[in-house]
Amino acid sequence: MDIYLPIAGVSVDVFVLLGLGAAVGFLSGVFGVGGGFLLTPFLIFIGIPPAVAVASSANQLVGASVSGVIAHWRRGNVDFHMGAVLLIGGFAGSAFGVWLFALLRRLGQVELTVSVAYVVLLGTLGSLMLVESSRVMLRRHRPGAGRRKLHQHMWIHGLPLKMRFRRSKLYISAMVPTGLGFIVGVLSAIMGIGGGFVMVPAMIYMLGMPTAVVPGTSLLQIIFVAANVTVLQAAGNGTVDALLALLLLVGGVIGAQLGSRFGSRLRGEQLRGLLALMVLAVAAKLARDLGVRPDDLYSVVVVGTE
Amino acid sequence: MRRQIALILLLAGLLLAVRSVPARAEALVADLTNHLVAITTGFTGTSVTLFGATDGTGDVIVVVRGPERDLTVRRKSKVAEVWVNTRQVTFQSVPSFYGIASSKPLDDIAPAAVRQLHQIGLDNLRLTTETPLSQTEAEEFRAALLRNQARAGLYPSGVGQVTFLGDRLFRTDLRFPANVPTGTYLVQVFLVRDKAVVSGQTTPLVISELGLDAELHDFADRFALAYGLAAITLAALAGWLASLPFRNA
Repeated sequence: MDIYLPIAGVSVDVFVLLGLGAAVGFLSGVFGVGGGFLLTPFLIFIGIPPAVAVASSANQLVGASVSGVIAHWRRGNVDFHMGAVLLIGGFAGSAFGVWLFALLRRLGQVELTVSVAYVVLLGTLGSLMLVESSRVMLRRHRPGAGRRKLHQHMWIHGLPLKMRFRRSKLYISAMVPTGLGFIVGVLSAIMGIGGGFVMVPAMIYMLGMPTAVVPGTSLLQIIFVAANVTVLQAAGNGTVDALLALLLLVGGVIGAQLGSRFGSRLRGEQLRGLLALMVLAVAAKLARDLGVRPDDLYSVVVVGTE
Repeated sequence: MRRQIALILLLAGLLLAVRSVPARAEALVADLTNHLVAITTGFTGTSVTLFGATDGTGDVIVVVRGPERDLTVRRKSKVAEVWVNTRQVTFQSVPSFYGIASSKPLDDIAPAAVRQLHQIGLDNLRLTTETPLSQTEAEEFRAALLRNQARAGLYPSGVGQVTFLGDRLFRTDLRFPANVPTGTYLVQVFLVRDKAVVSGQTTPLVISELGLDAELHDFADRFALAYGLAAITLAALAGWLASLPFRNA
């Protein structure tokens, strides 16, 4: 059953959208990341204009993250103080990102930038996670080996403007979470992702937050960053398709519940290893596409709509 | 079936009307069965019937031109192993849709000069660029534009059939794909006799979004900020609603 999406200006099968939402929701339920990094490329693949795919994914993310934060908040796993500091950077980053996006559109380089950004980010993070999780898996067979220091000091801990985060049991410079928030904000605007897959590892490895409060806090700031991106994209570029976002949400909610049940049966390092493989597969596909000669070297866009 | 009967009645009425005013008869009369195509949520493309009558023998050519838009054509080339858009050209006031139908092959009824004058056929579509281009580049980008539009189904290749019922009555079906752009279309009907256009008529056709979709799009255009705020509120509300059934899980 085809449905006409008003802003995207194309007809798409409803069940494809519901299924896509459910599949991405399932993954986000299993792995605890937003899944935007898979959603946006798939939307582009089924014929949604790239700019609309990016902006509508951000809109979809608002709903998905609200749902997730409520679940984590009930278990007391959200650090609101840390969330607020991340947000300051996040707002600045997403405003800058939307401006950058508009500039790239005028230059005709949106598609390329989004693809290259995906390849670099997914490739790096996927490799890091794969290495980390396989090390943990190997270590299980050699008990006693490789005990780590409880707390590692890096240059990050020497920065000024120190602040105490009770829930996360941290005393670090406010510049670190603000900078992290900024980077994730920029990514969110130009790639239509919440940045969960960047934010989550960074919170664990860079900030040193306890794993339990990471997903809830990450999702909390994603709500606001994604909301900011959605409003800025709607006002500045007119590319948010609310109908598309809602259809994806319906599927996503069901998928997320099924996913979280499935995910609870797997061990942490197995989950991270699987996620790493999937992330690397997407990166490899996108990297290959960049180098493959397109069927037609020429493309046409209506001025001002792209 | 009912539509066909209605059409026959219409044609008969038209014929009578033409017959009853012999003093100041038009050489060509044509109309559409429908002047408004509504794009609603379930839209998957449509066809509109054009019918008409001539005052004698002759051939009929029908050209459908969609609302004009500025189009940017981009060319990719390989930069360090990656395909990058390296050149872009903007064409001004390009018809967003172009379709053609004829009662006989175009070559047989209208000489090249006539077709060029009336922009009949894609080869004769006049396209102007924002900035002047070299001859070869102009041809390259023009061909790319036509090719891409054809692939998108917006410049259907081939010539549709205009069917004559007897000597004077004619009809043809104008087809529009699901991704047809919205706006006011111009349906031009040319009566060709002895290799010259002797009469012409232009009929407007409006293709527009109707219902909830149209209102949503309109709202998004006019109140962009409010639309953005509404979009996030709606999504947040949906997220909250979705979490309710799992409250005790």
